[in-house]
Amino acid sequence: MFHGYLPMILSGLKVTLSVASTSLAIACVFGLIGALAKVYGNRTARSLANTYTTVVRALPDLLVMLVVFYGGQILLNKLSSSYGWGYVDINPFAAGTLTIGFIFGAYLTETFRGAILSVPSGQLEAGVAYGLSRVQVTRLILLPQMVRHAIPGLTNNWLVMLKATALVSIIGLDDMVHRAGLASAATREPFTFYALIGLIYLCVTTVSILFFTAVERHYTKGIRRVGDA
Amino acid sequence: MSTMLEAIDIKKRFGNVEVLKGISLKANRGDVISMIGSSGSGKSTFLRCLNFLERPSEGRLTMLGEQLTLNRDRSGGLFVGDAGALTRLRTRVTMVFQQFNLWSHLTARENVMLGPIRVLGQSRAEAGEKADAYLAKVGVSHRRHAFPAFLSGGEQQRVAIARALAMEPEIMLFDEPTSALDPELVGEVLRVMRSLAGEGRTMIVVTHEMAFARDVGNRVVFLSQGVIAEEGNPKEVLVRPQSERLRAFLSNQLSH
Repeated sequence: MFHGYLPMILSGLKVTLSVASTSLAIACVFGLIGALAKVYGNRTARSLANTYTTVVRALPDLLVMLVVFYGGQILLNKLSSSYGWGYVDINPFAAGTLTIGFIFGAYLTETFRGAILSVPSGQLEAGVAYGLSRVQVTRLILLPQMVRHAIPGLTNNWLVMLKATALVSIIGLDDMVHRAGLASAATREPFTFYALIGLIYLCVTTVSILFFTAVERHYTKGIRRVGDA
Repeated sequence: MSTMLEAIDIKKRFGNVEVLKGISLKANRGDVISMIGSSGSGKSTFLRCLNFLERPSEGRLTMLGEQLTLNRDRSGGLFVGDAGALTRLRTRVTMVFQQFNLWSHLTARENVMLGPIRVLGQSRAEAGEKADAYLAKVGVSHRRHAFPAFLSGGEQQRVAIARALAMEPEIMLFDEPTSALDPELVGEVLRVMRSLAGEGRTMIVVTHEMAFARDVGNRVVFLSQGVIAEEGNPKEVLVRPQSERLRAFLSNQLSH
């Protein structure tokens, strides 16, 4: 039915998923640092985080990716040749995931900031009053409670990011969209292949929504909702 | 009689407003000190200075005869620079809050166990056993696996008292422990506090419960406009107030 292109497209899915999940992990790190800096940081940390979210969210993802990939390449090679190390090649997987993680970290900064602010400050104060260190208060009281508030925004960002991974094809990564393009060009059946990857995206997003709903339910233990007895 | 905690000349400014204008207080072993005063008199702020949830602007603090070394931050507040000393202070002086402040992602039992495990370094088994004992002591052991949101205010506050007890502190601070409760739930919390006082525990209680101050406390401190306006044996101070301000405050309390 797919002229034997299905395995090729599915291995493209593997690229898409590994780029997306690695990017998500990186974005969570950037987002958490950004959010903690915005809420608890000193003036320098706050203004750094503000600059980060303002600039990154202002620019098109594609533009940031090109700047980081090509600009980074040029910068790296200038540096390297000035030390006499010769030509350095940027790994497109590392460049792509770092760039997407960096971009979505800015969005997650705001998601996580809102989640942090929704944890009642009295509970954090109680942690401090009982002798917990700042790190312990963050890890044992703040994080487990902010997850619940962060999940809806995190799910949104994940879905957008999953689709944004298609951008990595312009820096030479062979993802699912790229392969569907090749297959449709070879067979002259664009609809078949684009519909196929559309369905695949739908499956992946549905599974991830189910997953995040389960995570949210886990972290909502102990929360009373309207209608609970 | 040994001095557990002594605060000397504590002052606190918020911007240009001086909330505490030099308050000294000495708590001996077994003292139950009630701090009364109208809202805004600085009594909660003073209590929060005793475990450095609030940084006082001036003053000294002695804990079990040992004076704490205080450093000054950029905005002029005093803090305990030595993290170990601060943790020791906070494990020996525990606080019960007006809004309970139980950790809502943990069950009652887990709330009581967290401090002993993470701060005092007890094993889970040991902390769990003690948690059960303290929850039984405050009469909520049947609710120990419930999350705070499913407990009544009185139950939450009693769990919070068990959480404070589980640290096995030298002094317990109570910051208006019954003010957030429905009137019919106040009694169960006061009963627990009375029994703690009866065991000879050292307690400093910011309260609006005049009956508690009169019957349970052995000292009462009346704060007004950031100073101690009157203090002494509650049976004398509350019955024969010397100052006009305390007379006015007490007659206001009665009319409620």
